[in-house]
Amino acid sequence: MLDKYSRLDKVIKVHGRQPGQLIRILHQAQEIFGYLSPEVQAYLAAKLNIPLAEIAGVVSFYSLFNSEPRGKYTISVCLGTACYVKGSQEIFQALKNELDLDDDDTTPDGLFTLRSTRCMGACGLAPVVAINDDIYGQVKAGDVAGILSRYQAKELADDHEYQRPAEHPATAPPPH
Amino acid sequence: MPADKLIFDPVSPVSQEDEAPHPVARKKVRFWIDGREVVAEEGISVLEAAHRVGIEIPSLCYLKNINEIGACRVCLVEIEGARNLQAACVYPVSAGLKVRTSTPRVLRARRTVVELLLSDHHRECTNCIRNLNCELQHLADTLGIRNIRFTGETSNYPIFNKNPFIVRDYNKCIKCRRCEAICSKVQEVHVYSAQNRGFDTVIAPAFMKDLAEVACITCGQCVIACPTASLVEKECIDEVWQALADPDKYVVVQTAPSIQVTLGEVFGLPVGTVVTGKLVASLRRLGFDRVFATDFTADLTIMEEAHELLERLDGRGGPLPLLSSCSPGWIKFCEHFYPEFIPNLSTCKSPHEMFGAITKTYFAQKEGLDPKKIVVVAVMPCTAKKFEASRPEMGSGDWKDVDFVLTTRELARMIRQAGLNFRQLPDEEYDTPLGIASGAGTIFGATGGVVEAAVRTAYAITHGREMGVIDFEEFRGISGVKEAWVELKGRRIKVAIAHGTGNARKVLDRMKAGEQFDYVEIMACPGGCVGGGGQPIFGSRDHKEISLDYRHNRADALYRIDYSRRIRLSHENPAVQKIYAEFLGAPLSETANKLLHTHYTPRGPLPGYAVNPVQ
Ligand code: SF4
Ligand code: SF4
Ligand code: SF4
Ligand code: FES
Repeated sequence: MLDKYSRLDKVIKVHGRQPGQLIRILHQAQEIFGYLSPEVQAYLAAKLNIPLAEIAGVVSFYSLFNSEPRGKYTISVCLGTACYVKGSQEIFQALKNELDLDDDDTTPDGLFTLRSTRCMGACGLAPVVAINDDIYGQVKAGDVAGILSRYQAKELADDHEYQRPAEHPATAPPPH
Repeated sequence: MPADKLIFDPVSPVSQEDEAPHPVARKKVRFWIDGREVVAEEGISVLEAAHRVGIEIPSLCYLKNINEIGACRVCLVEIEGARNLQAACVYPVSAGLKVRTSTPRVLRARRTVVELLLSDHHRECTNCIRNLNCELQHLADTLGIRNIRFTGETSNYPIFNKNPFIVRDYNKCIKCRRCEAICSKVQEVHVYSAQNRGFDTVIAPAFMKDLAEVACITCGQCVIACPTASLVEKECIDEVWQALADPDKYVVVQTAPSIQVTLGEVFGLPVGTVVTGKLVASLRRLGFDRVFATDFTADLTIMEEAHELLERLDGRGGPLPLLSSCSPGWIKFCEHFYPEFIPNLSTCKSPHEMFGAITKTYFAQKEGLDPKKIVVVAVMPCTAKKFEASRPEMGSGDWKDVDFVLTTRELARMIRQAGLNFRQLPDEEYDTPLGIASGAGTIFGATGGVVEAAVRTAYAITHGREMGVIDFEEFRGISGVKEAWVELKGRRIKVAIAHGTGNARKVLDRMKAGEQFDYVEIMACPGGCVGGGGQPIFGSRDHKEISLDYRHNRADALYRIDYSRRIRLSHENPAVQKIYAEFLGAPLSETANKLLHTHYTPRGPLPGYAVNPVQ
């Protein structure tokens, strides 16, 4: 497999160094690395000749970018109006308790990341919880443990142990 | 002076400030502000037009020519025909426009805006460093805010004060982005940008790092741009009071050349008032054992730097162009962004560090003092010198050259704390010998001053006889980049002068592209030390601009001092001649090298990350 930084260099080459391409490049960088660590952001700052503060500003503005490693499963709880009035806050709280996490945190085993989101466009099913691509509607706080256990069971059933993404991918990029 | 000896032709001066901020050609238009007919150039802002006819529209985020983003909405006005209130700082005037600046609706809206700002602000004016000198506080007063109707979530950030020069309190930030604008557009250092989103938005370095951990040049321009106490210098007033009260310590103070032309502003004197005598008198009354002038070591710097220049012109001692090294903000800029030019930097320490080294050796020996008991306090226009004083190479193993750096503002606070009536103080003289200075040492405080002082001396050295004093008017003034040819050692040498690191980039990039210069002076702050980040915060409240005019007035005062001095050449300063005869030997001697010269550290543009800079 091509080294991750070489792949990133290719992305930079393809999109030139024109202004306006930053979001696209960040997006692809996130696909390559899984998340945008400060090291990756600094690498892009140097390569694109854009101030690091500006890149970090963009990354921290858009919720689609992560600057920390994500778990294998991202649990999104909608706190938009429709879900909120149907009690999604309690579901969120139940998940926090069950997993011992804060918003936007990841479990130590790297399995789950918990985050609150705004409307996901499934208001008919409110309150809504999404785990990666699986959508759960009309969830109650009491359902939470049961839902989680499905994923935990799946992990155990899987032969190989799930490997948590490294905290810092290749801190030093290749010398070139 | 014989014309064949001194060729002087300024080369196409380039100036940032000369360029019109709005590139469109302006025709004049007629419009109405509060029923008064006004004629002004089309397209200037309503705020600016009102200011010219004596109506002050309150503002907060606006900084003329630097930050015109309409972010804070404090400057709302009514425009006839427009449904919503408009931000005067970004609303262009046009023919027939009818503006109302103080209707009840306008006043109500402005009040709401400021109340909202205050509702998430750590309001602790009584114990705030900007108390009585704060734009937000001033606005609350002018708008007559009597209660704050909004309560809600409030920010609670820790104070960032890890570095020795600037303290950041995000709880007092109003997100006006003036710091970001000045750091990015004027200094071109790009430390700040908006981070996060919504309520969590902060104007901060990447990952909200401390300024010590990013490529900040410590210039403090963001501090003088900040309307509140969100960015302030790190004070060391209490430590200085402590030293003054300690009977075991011998406390020596030195004042940078520019302090004598700016300190008066804090006490209500007009910009450009020379207060040298009162400055000295106030320091004596604060209890300093000796009151000296950094102007003296500026003369020493010139002796060293002029000889360095002559050596390099002879092909010895390092590459050309020689880059001046008296501005520690510029030094850090070079270390971060142009490390390839570190060999070009003069190895001279900045004058206040030379002063510390001389005080703890030459002066200590002369007076029979234990150098470890001497405390050197430097009153500087500058936050970068706080950083410089903390550099490990600035001292011997046993002591720091300079123990404490106070900004002009901190000294003013000490004078107030001591209850001195500054304006009624008598005029007193600096102590000898380290208070004796030439006019050349004094003009160090303005852009172009170092080159002018060095060329005066280099010229006199090479010609071996007294030429009288040459005034290099072309080195003066506020153009961003000044250039000239001077004849020295039988050849024409090209000199350039830049102030503000954004302007420095222009010269450095030309050097990178292969253009030849021989001697380049760079000062980190716009206008030089007179515009330093430690100077009185002036202007924006009433003038809505960090105006180069007032820096100009301050600089003019320095040149007036120079003209009034009997001695105007560094090498003619008798105290300088004496220190070479008694102690240093000759310029660039071994002792001089040990005490007066230093070395630099390449830092790179992204400290802390293992990335290759762009090729
Ligand atoms: S920054 Fe201004 S308004 Fe805020 S506490 Fe300090 S003086 Fe008061
Ligand atoms: S001190 Fe200077 S370089 Fe540092 S953040 Fe402030 S303006 Fe920018
Ligand atoms: S730190 Fe000061 S200048 Fe910067 S955004 Fe905050 S209030 Fe404005
Ligand atoms: S919006 Fe005009 S001064 Fe801030």
